[in-house]
Amino acid sequence: MIAGESTVAEYPVAAVADSPSDSMFVVMTVRGQLCGIPVLSVRDIIVTQDMTRIPLAPPEIAGSMNLRGRIVTAIDLRRRLDLPAREPGLAGMSVVVDRQGELYSLVVDSVREVIELSDHRLEPNPPTLAAAWREFSSGIYRLQSELLVVLNTERVLAIS
Amino acid sequence: MEDLLPDFLTETLESLERLDTELVELERQPDDMGTLSSIFRTVHTIKGTCGFLGLARLEKVAHASESVLDLHRNGVMAVTPASITLILRALDCIREIVSGLSQTGKEPDGDDSALIADLIAAAEGNAPASAAMPDVWDLSTPPTAAPSIVGPSIAGAPPPAPSIVGPSIVGAPTPAPAIAGPSIAGPSIAGPSIAGPSIAGPSIAGPSTQAPAVVASPARPAETAQVRALEPVAQTIRVNVEVLEGLMTLVSELVLTRNQILQLARTQANDAFAAPLQRLSHITSDLQEGVMKTRMQPIGNAWNNLPRLVRDLAHELDKNIELVMLGADTELDRQVLELIKDPLTHMVRNSADHGLESPADRRAAGKPEQGRIRLNAFHEGGHIVIEIGDDGRGLHVERIRSKIIANGLATEAELAGMTGQQIQSFIFRAGFSTAAAVTSVSGRGVGMDVVKTNIERIGGTVDVTSEPGAGAVFTVKIPLTLAIVSALIVEVSGERYAIPQISVVELVRAQIPGPEDGPDDRRTSDTMIEQINDTPVLRLRDHLLPLVDLSELLKLRGADRPQIATDAMAESLYIVVAQVGASRFGLIVDRVFDTEEIVVKPVAPILRHITLFSGNTILGDGSVIMILDPNGIARATGIGTGHAAAHAETVAPSDVQNSSQTMALLLFRAGDAHNKAVPLNLVSRLETVERKTIEYPGGQPMIQYRGKLMPLVGMATSGSMEEHSGSQPVLVFADGKRAMGLMVDEIVDVVEDHLAVELSTDQPGFLGTAIVQGKATDILDTSFWLQRAFKDWFGTNPTSRAEPQQILMVEDSAFFRSLIIPALSAEGYHVTAVDNPVAALAMRTAGRMFDLILSDIEMPEMDGLAFAREIRARGIWASLPVIALSSSSSPKAIEMGREAGFDNYISKFDKATLLEAVGAELSTARVASPARRMVVEQGVAS
Repeated sequence: MIAGESTVAEYPVAAVADSPSDSMFVVMTVRGQLCGIPVLSVRDIIVTQDMTRIPLAPPEIAGSMNLRGRIVTAIDLRRRLDLPAREPGLAGMSVVVDRQGELYSLVVDSVREVIELSDHRLEPNPPTLAAAWREFSSGIYRLQSELLVVLNTERVLAIS
Repeated sequence: MEDLLPDFLTETLESLERLDTELVELERQPDDMGTLSSIFRTVHTIKGTCGFLGLARLEKVAHASESVLDLHRNGVMAVTPASITLILRALDCIREIVSGLSQTGKEPDGDDSALIADLIAAAEGNAPASAAMPDVWDLSTPPTAAPSIVGPSIAGAPPPAPSIVGPSIVGAPTPAPAIAGPSIAGPSIAGPSIAGPSIAGPSIAGPSTQAPAVVASPARPAETAQVRALEPVAQTIRVNVEVLEGLMTLVSELVLTRNQILQLARTQANDAFAAPLQRLSHITSDLQEGVMKTRMQPIGNAWNNLPRLVRDLAHELDKNIELVMLGADTELDRQVLELIKDPLTHMVRNSADHGLESPADRRAAGKPEQGRIRLNAFHEGGHIVIEIGDDGRGLHVERIRSKIIANGLATEAELAGMTGQQIQSFIFRAGFSTAAAVTSVSGRGVGMDVVKTNIERIGGTVDVTSEPGAGAVFTVKIPLTLAIVSALIVEVSGERYAIPQISVVELVRAQIPGPEDGPDDRRTSDTMIEQINDTPVLRLRDHLLPLVDLSELLKLRGADRPQIATDAMAESLYIVVAQVGASRFGLIVDRVFDTEEIVVKPVAPILRHITLFSGNTILGDGSVIMILDPNGIARATGIGTGHAAAHAETVAPSDVQNSSQTMALLLFRAGDAHNKAVPLNLVSRLETVERKTIEYPGGQPMIQYRGKLMPLVGMATSGSMEEHSGSQPVLVFADGKRAMGLMVDEIVDVVEDHLAVELSTDQPGFLGTAIVQGKATDILDTSFWLQRAFKDWFGTNPTSRAEPQQILMVEDSAFFRSLIIPALSAEGYHVTAVDNPVAALAMRTAGRMFDLILSDIEMPEMDGLAFAREIRARGIWASLPVIALSSSSSPKAIEMGREAGFDNYISKFDKATLLEAVGAELSTARVASPARRMVVEQGVAS
């Protein structure tokens, strides 16, 4: 796992381990914002590689790539969240998730670490959150210095 | 017990399918003891097993059926269609219970007493000698009765039978007679004869070890039959399909990895690896083949339900139908088999219902009363071809044609240019059914299009050929397997795509004319891409091939990549000629790599809406590429579904029809660099006007022309109208009072050429595209432009005659109809056009009256001369003026025309003379008109 500049120890919540009401999240960044998805839904984390463009696909679809013989459809989280495109040269990381037997990768700017957070600390979305974020966020965690948006992968992948 | 149920269900479903087929077979050959015995054994097995499993309802039905079958088998009762129907009904009942059983694990509730009573009645009514077995119908059969029903008749020798199977099934047979209650009557009867298949799962080991002993014993015929029944048990095992699917996926991956390694090895000169790699490659291929084989099933499995279906249909439709099945052992992938089953059933159903005539009609047509549906399956070059043919009435082209027009699927003009086969292929379009009546079987217009879609979905094609009166043959071509296909790898705008080899016909290298090439240079090469209003086409062996610019279709071309038309940098491109159904079209690609075996993987669900792709795959080099779906491309571009497609290959008849006549054409350019043409006779004058003289009252450009204001219409939207200097070429179209000017960019030439409209167009203002002087040329639709200038050009003109005079025009060429009708309409006549004399005479019979008739001479079915003679001979049109229109105007032809009864004989292309002659005939006729109208009324009254 790629370690960020901060460690789990910084977050006091992480001390409450192994409690059944705790969840582990993969922490990633999308244009500076911390996002998390449950670690159990993540299959792989890889450096984003060359992708095959898919003509006529929705703009959020970055392309498809080969992950050890399986075809992974990549979704650019920046575009999905209505954010400006990544700076050229920044390949980003691919967080591969499984949805009904199909593999998808969420392309994010970077992946930091895995942390454990207690479920009861999850706070509802502030009503002023931008629509694109509100659609995909299932709640917010207040970390020591930053806020972590928990993404609902099911909704992120529901591209029509 | 629980775990026996799934096996029982699988066995029983298979048995039921077989029974359907066998029963129909038996009906045809009632004295075929082999079939009868086999049927009896199967039913008996079902009955025995369900008794064993405690399935009371099922057992009762099976038992009653078995009783009837037993009487047949003992020769007590003859096999009749009625009794077969009864047994089939019982099978349906069993099927229903079994399906309920598979869903809930319990027998569904239901009352079968009526069916059972029927079965019993059938047996008793026909079996006076049943005293010999008085208790057969009693379901609580005492065990003593059991041997008399089953024993000798099935196994031949009951004693050896239990020794084969008995122990493994019943465990302790001895207590059975002792308890002998009604509930175990079943198993105790069945005991000896359950014989393997039905309990196959748990008892595999038993029979396989026991079998030799049976063979060794003095073999009576019945015993060998039983041994045969055991053999499959010893040699096959049931494997869950999912396991096979998993294996297949793994092998596919292995093949891909092998390809990858081979590709690497090619670039490296390391001999040490070469030999083992070669071996690995061979083994992988063998393994792939082996695993593929496990998925192969004979196509006969998909046909099992057909004899029953055809039999029922024959009864329902009161027809006599024979079903012939050839090549039932042709093997194909089970996945394909599943997918092809429904379309096949549908087509057979169609043949029985639409294709075959009633016995009376067949007799009348001089055919044997029994219609025949013939299925034939065979391998052909990596594909399976399945033909579904019938010897019925064939497809009714005329009815299809009128249906096409009625449904607005194509215009008459477009149909005129189509071959019979192209017209027939319209039956695959949605909502198309020519059955006059909707029957419970077919005729609802949801059918062939679904069949086509389903077959195309698995990469197959379906075609129909038909001969009126002799029947129709549907030919389905499907790949052997869906898992691995051969595909052509191409490059478009820097991206690679795979095109399934099955739809690729040929590859053509083509040139794009550079801007420095003059129009004359283009003629030098046969493979030059030409443009019709930005639509690329290719002249390929004298046909216009519609081209699809893949890079545009896939929106791959950014703003930095200009259109191919002006892209002088691209020197040559490749055209992948693809065939979808009866249509051919070319895909423009930049490069062609080689063909590769690819494993088709479905695209992610969120991409399924993109119909241009049939899947994606990983190439030998590890990159992911999309697989293009030619069917999807055809649909997206209107080829095959749009009318343009049908013209993709125009064949002989229409060529002959149109091109035997040459005409003077005015070639001009407008809007873009390509030639457009209009028949010279339609143009009154060619003028060049000074642009500064063009005035714009009310925004409409006009010029003063011969003392009147003449409206001008621009051909190109962004034409030269902005310029206010220089001169403007104008084509003037005029009738007696009005004139209109069509502004064009340049008048090129006047040529004499054959006119064969090859491609129709959706572009308003043009009739279509023809090859003129060897170049693709748009043919102007004059009426469109005239109406641009004067909305009422063809409407009722207040100054014209109060009652427009009626002209009937008989002309088989849609093209000439569209040329002449506007000319006549412009003169204020009301024109009714038909494409053959027969239709015209039908109007005579119906009492339609006209003031004048124009008729072509050369027409199929009935020529103009015969038509004229018929008009003159009898009926209400006898004294009408009739003018012949012909392309040939030799004195001899004119003389023959006059003899036949034509009043005048005019060249088709001579508009002025035609209008003059029509005017002259009508003015002389008008004097006599009142008298003639009286004749009309008498004619109608009589």
